Amino acid sequence: GPLSERPLLEVRLGELHTWISTCKFSPQELLGAVHRAWSSYCAKYIHVKQGGPAGISMLLAGYCLLSYGWNYQHFSKTSLGVSY
Amino acid sequence: MLSRLVLRAAPAALRALPPPVAVGVLHTTRPLHTTQQSLAPVPPLPEKGGEVRHGLIPEEFFQFLYPKTGVTGPYMLGTGLLLYLLSKEIYVVNHETAAAACILTVIVYGIKKFGADVGAFADKLNEEKVAMAQSMKDNAMKMLQTAIEEEKKEQWRVEGHSYLFDAKRNNIAMLLETNYRERLLMVYNEVKKRLDYQVAMQTLKRQKEQDHMIQWVEKNVVQSITPQQQKESIAKCILDLKALSKSAHAAV
Repeated sequence: GPLSERPLLEVRLGELHTWISTCKFSPQELLGAVHRAWSSYCAKYIHVKQGGPAGISMLLAGYCLLSYGWNYQHFSKTSLGVSY
Repeated sequence: MLSRLVLRAAPAALRALPPPVAVGVLHTTRPLHTTQQSLAPVPPLPEKGGEVRHGLIPEEFFQFLYPKTGVTGPYMLGTGLLLYLLSKEIYVVNHETAAAACILTVIVYGIKKFGADVGAFADKLNEEKVAMAQSMKDNAMKMLQTAIEEEKKEQWRVEGHSYLFDAKRNNIAMLLETNYRERLLMVYNEVKKRLDYQVAMQTLKRQKEQDHMIQWVEKNVVQSITPQQQKESIAKCILDLKALSKSAHAAV
């Protein structure tokens, strides 16, 4: 189909910048995109008859990575700069 | 991933409904459902979720790298990335690393040991819910079925109503006939009584007249017998008796 209507995972690597230029960056569009991503993740890993630990563990791992990234300054300061 | 596409295509297929036509029985020319129909019955949940390797990385990542790097590609990528992070101190090893390692060990051990049991328990709960809903639906269907049968029986009973009404009509006709005949009999009896009365009156009157006349004639006759005639008749009777006795003596 047309480039602007395809979801992100079907866009080839070479057309990525054109795809980014076609998508709109208004708050409603961003909220819609976030909502769509969240509901597709839920439908795939959480709302199933026999889910496993995979659904929540990926969320927790993402949370760990995110919090590490936010607190990176603190980590680097305590290990590199100051020795106790 | 592809199953979601199928699910997204379903509302598009449902939107292409046929245009409304005039239904002969109901005499409507406008469509009955003007809003878009909801997707009922709701499609059932998929059996298993997306494949995830080692509990963290979706299978699609391995499939994505397979054509270029084969089976060991993602693992090499992971090892290289880890060593890069550690050597460049982008990931700092501190006390929290040890804590994280212990916690992860315990979590993985717990999941491996008790995962299946917890899953079976949750499945049992789900099954109970579904069974209850199913039983309610079955009960409702059974009740509606019995209601349909009862209705059919009622319709069959209505056919017998004509016989009932014929019998009732016969009964009423018989009652009317009986009543009519009773009254006829009553009229006949009353008339006969009156006529008998008249007849009795007449006979009584004649009898009384006869008796009275006889008595009067007797009384007059007795009165007409004077004493002189009485003596003469008695003397005559004595003479006759003497003559008779003489003849009787002569006969003996």
